[in-house]
Amino acid sequence: MKILVCISHVPDTTTKIKFKDNKLDEDGVSFIIGPYDDYALARAIEIKTDTNGTVTVLNVGTAVTEPTLRKALAIGADDAIRVDAEPTDALFVAEQITAIAKENGYDMILMGRESSDFNGGLVHGMVGEMLGWPSIAPCMKLDLDGTTATLAREIEGGKETLEVSLPFVAGCQEPIAEWKIPNMRGIMMARKKPLNVVQPVGVDNVTEYKSFELPAEKAGCKLVDADNLDELVSLLKNEAKVL
Amino acid sequence: MSVLVFVESDNGSIKSSSHEAVVYAKELGAGEVTAVAVGSISADELADLGKYGAAKVLHAADEKLNDNVIMATATIIAAAASQTDASIVVMARSSLVDAVAARVAIKTGASVATNVVALPDTSAGFVVKRGVYTGKAFANVSLPGAKKVITIAKNTVAAEPGEGTASVEVFSADFGEKDFATARKDVKKAEGDILLPEADRVVSAGRGLKGPENWGMIEDLAKTLGAATACSKPVSDMEWRPHHEHVGQTGIKISPTLYIAVGISGAIQHLAGVNSSKVIVVVNKDPEAPFFKAADYGVVGDAFDVIPRLNEALKKVL
Repeated sequence: MKILVCISHVPDTTTKIKFKDNKLDEDGVSFIIGPYDDYALARAIEIKTDTNGTVTVLNVGTAVTEPTLRKALAIGADDAIRVDAEPTDALFVAEQITAIAKENGYDMILMGRESSDFNGGLVHGMVGEMLGWPSIAPCMKLDLDGTTATLAREIEGGKETLEVSLPFVAGCQEPIAEWKIPNMRGIMMARKKPLNVVQPVGVDNVTEYKSFELPAEKAGCKLVDADNLDELVSLLKNEAKVL
Repeated sequence: MSVLVFVESDNGSIKSSSHEAVVYAKELGAGEVTAVAVGSISADELADLGKYGAAKVLHAADEKLNDNVIMATATIIAAAASQTDASIVVMARSSLVDAVAARVAIKTGASVATNVVALPDTSAGFVVKRGVYTGKAFANVSLPGAKKVITIAKNTVAAEPGEGTASVEVFSADFGEKDFATARKDVKKAEGDILLPEADRVVSAGRGLKGPENWGMIEDLAKTLGAATACSKPVSDMEWRPHHEHVGQTGIKISPTLYIAVGISGAIQHLAGVNSSKVIVVVNKDPEAPFFKAADYGVVGDAFDVIPRLNEALKKVL
């Protein structure tokens, strides 16, 4: 089984987001593998182990993302590819992934359901459409039987199960697998694993990020005495007008 | 110029979020609004889309589409966009739309923006505001393409019905050989519950409830309010509650008008999933719980004492 796992390089989930010069203020921010991508990677490593396969990790990003790719190698990926470019929008990233998939050929392409920075949730569907492969998201379970995969998708109020033949693209989320933490041996081995830097294919951007803003601050929390819940109900009805 | 809206149903009824999408499409002021609906929906309900602003409905009634087939649905929407020469396709976010929007964008060669939270600013081009950094910020994104695909968050616009009747036409498309490759084999769904992403009110609880056996009072409160129930990540991880109730950074993001959080401390990852709620009420016995800083109303008290009494107080006015 030859698996491609696409990972994003995103601020740690506990980051307090601030902007400076109309982009993220990266001062003091640590970067991680996208949390959803980390689930995809964990499941890919399990499938690789079960099928004696290979896992390639891919990131579209500048040289600053290499520690994130090395971490994926330490977790158990066999090799890494970095497409040397700023990931300017979903289509740009999807075109890079598609070009690499066409060149190398994979049985499946896994990634997170969305990146936790721009939250577009578009790349898996775009890659699927461009390759003419099924795309399944959000995928919370993935089992293989030969060349047939059984997947569970989370839907409103429950889940649905479906079957597809290889190849396919899936945008993953929990509880598809438990996150894996690299051990010392993995970290040592990761230094010697190949990390290939390739040039991007040319793509015209179809979206342009103009500016960022933070949500309006709450006016402050009005505390209501636990012995006076009628007052809370009255506030919800007459002040907030939500009842 | 025209606008196409994708309309989804649940158990044969059009979703309220789809009504919102029709209103949003009308308010774009970018030409006649056509809706494309899939699956078994009554003709009356389809014609009633006129009350929200649709002039015409293309109904792809093929029963095979009832099961939210990702690729076939994308094919139908792209074919409808082509037939109506739509410059903008609007869809309300859902588990299906989130999977379909990208494929429609590629099929139609459109600029695409997901999770849009307001009508566009068209004073200079076409700029939409969308949620980024998992609920912690917004970005203003320009969509320069002649064709655009937009998915909107719940409660982006209010869906009040007015007058009007839409004409309904049967619609079909040429499906590709793989379009039903992702057909559903099985589905497990909580019946009769209010669907969390669609819910206007949500009651959510966390570890403070001590165990799954204590959820009865949360369900009672939700019933009084006509609310959906939700939970924090630890609660879903410990399998006290099903995964589809988990709201937060790696769970579902919701934007109801009322969110009541019980026994949830309010870690930044939880807030990311709920801070688009219009009004947040927090009940926690720890006055230092960080959630109070993100709340509109707070009660410092023990959930086991407060929630049953809050339920009784609400019953008096509801």
